[in-house]
Amino acid sequence: MEKTQNNKAWFLVLPVLALVAFSAVLPLMTVVNYAFNDTFGNNEFFWAGIEWFDEMIHSERLRAALGRQIVFSLIILAIEVPLGIFIALNMPKKGFWASLCLVLMALPLLIPFNVVGTIWQIFGRVDIGLLGHTLAALGIDYNYTNDPLDAWITVIVMDVWHWTSLVALLCYAGLQSIPQAYYQAARIDQATRWSVFRYIELPKMKGVLLIAVLLRFMDSFMIYTEPFVVTGGGPGNSTTFLSIDLAKMATGQFDLGPAAAFSIMYFLVILLISWVFYTVMTNLDREEAR
Amino acid sequence: MRIRSNAIVMTIYLLFLLVPIYWLVNMSLKTNTEITSSFTLFPQNLTFRNYMVILTDPSWYMGYVNSLIYVVLNTVISITVALPAAYAFSRYSFMGDKHLFFWLLTNRMAPPAVFALPFFQLYSAMNLIDTHIAVALAHCLFNVPLAVWILEGFMRGVPKEIDETAYIDGYSFPTFFVKIFMPLIASGIGVAAFFCFMFSWVELLLSRTLTTTDAKPIAATMTRTVSASGMDWGVLAAAGVLTIVPGALVIYFVRNYIAKGFALGRV
Repeated sequence: MEKTQNNKAWFLVLPVLALVAFSAVLPLMTVVNYAFNDTFGNNEFFWAGIEWFDEMIHSERLRAALGRQIVFSLIILAIEVPLGIFIALNMPKKGFWASLCLVLMALPLLIPFNVVGTIWQIFGRVDIGLLGHTLAALGIDYNYTNDPLDAWITVIVMDVWHWTSLVALLCYAGLQSIPQAYYQAARIDQATRWSVFRYIELPKMKGVLLIAVLLRFMDSFMIYTEPFVVTGGGPGNSTTFLSIDLAKMATGQFDLGPAAAFSIMYFLVILLISWVFYTVMTNLDREEAR
Repeated sequence: MRIRSNAIVMTIYLLFLLVPIYWLVNMSLKTNTEITSSFTLFPQNLTFRNYMVILTDPSWYMGYVNSLIYVVLNTVISITVALPAAYAFSRYSFMGDKHLFFWLLTNRMAPPAVFALPFFQLYSAMNLIDTHIAVALAHCLFNVPLAVWILEGFMRGVPKEIDETAYIDGYSFPTFFVKIFMPLIASGIGVAAFFCFMFSWVELLLSRTLTTTDAKPIAATMTRTVSASGMDWGVLAAAGVLTIVPGALVIYFVRNYIAKGFALGRV
């Protein structure tokens, strides 16, 4: 759509600006302040320059957590996006069953994060959980508190359980917006199921898929509560993702300086990756429009 | 044949979603001895003791009230400020609009773990700690950008001719916006409100940091059973089940909005 040039539109944006400045910019400044200072309590601060950044960049612990985080996010995206599209394609289109599916699928999304963790913690336990008990009965050696691989599988399955519905619901909404005429035209052209998907459904879903991928990437990159409840970052450090490591540092050890430096770099990494996503996708959009 | 395979896929997926929840419900209806000593698919001695514990103890059930208060506050604030901003982004190009839009989105990407401590200090300085409004404002950090983003998408689907016709007919901007424009994007507002509710309801890190007793959310109260002497699995499960209920109600009410959801592109 052609947009009118109008700088007065700034007034409409002002409330959002004020609110977000209050809840984002002010706290961020505090973080920046910590990152460059050292403190021995009593609100006395000493200039530390880039010392904390230096320390953090060379920290093995941070690098390991970052590596785990990236692997985790990639696995999550690789499973959830295709699965979400697949589920959306298989959902009933209208009527009672469609409503039922919608309600049931949205259910995991509205469970508080730590309850999700609790559910899977209980579900996976060998002594009282259905999953753990069944696997043990089948003779599979499964214990998420001892075995890093089992812990990873548990956390990933939990995330798939928790969030695939979000991708599916967004795709479903996208699919609903496709006029029937498109499908009728495809049928006249004797298009195969695949080409209907490839040339009608996928392009029409692109907008919502953009939202879905971005949301899933950002949220999986800062996942904290669920793995923390289930595994506590263990066994060892095998499921310690960036946020868990950060919270350990800031609230557990009160290393405010390093934690703040870490936060800023963490934020910048997310920002960078998201910016790449965003630019690539808006560019795709523009080419489409041309 | 196609319909059959669809149904099978959906059944498997829904089972995958529901079995862990069923297990939670199952456990909430058992006694602790039954949970730890035997393995049963159905509760043998059906008991509502776990629910009674929660519903009769104010320190438990006030958690639900607190959560609901700040979630609703947050949803109202987010949608109110996001509506005009989304309109500006969808209709006008102005100085720095693209940068501003991306900057807003970056706040959605900020890890709450980064903000927990500064928030605590900021709100302490303003005497807002342990109030519902503090949590509601803190959650605006990620909900306002999301609401702007979703609403902007919906508003772009409404042709600009509608605005122009309304102005020619003599509507002022506020009356046009409330009387004509908002009904047009009602399902968009529904979807945005749903997402705000959802992300505010499920968030724990910030709400736990900013509250101590008076506004403590239920999700934080739940951690109590873990530290209590031994593990009160039954009460924990019952509390978990009760946190699912408000969410389920909200979904039930907005289900048609979600379904219609992004259909607005068709208009």
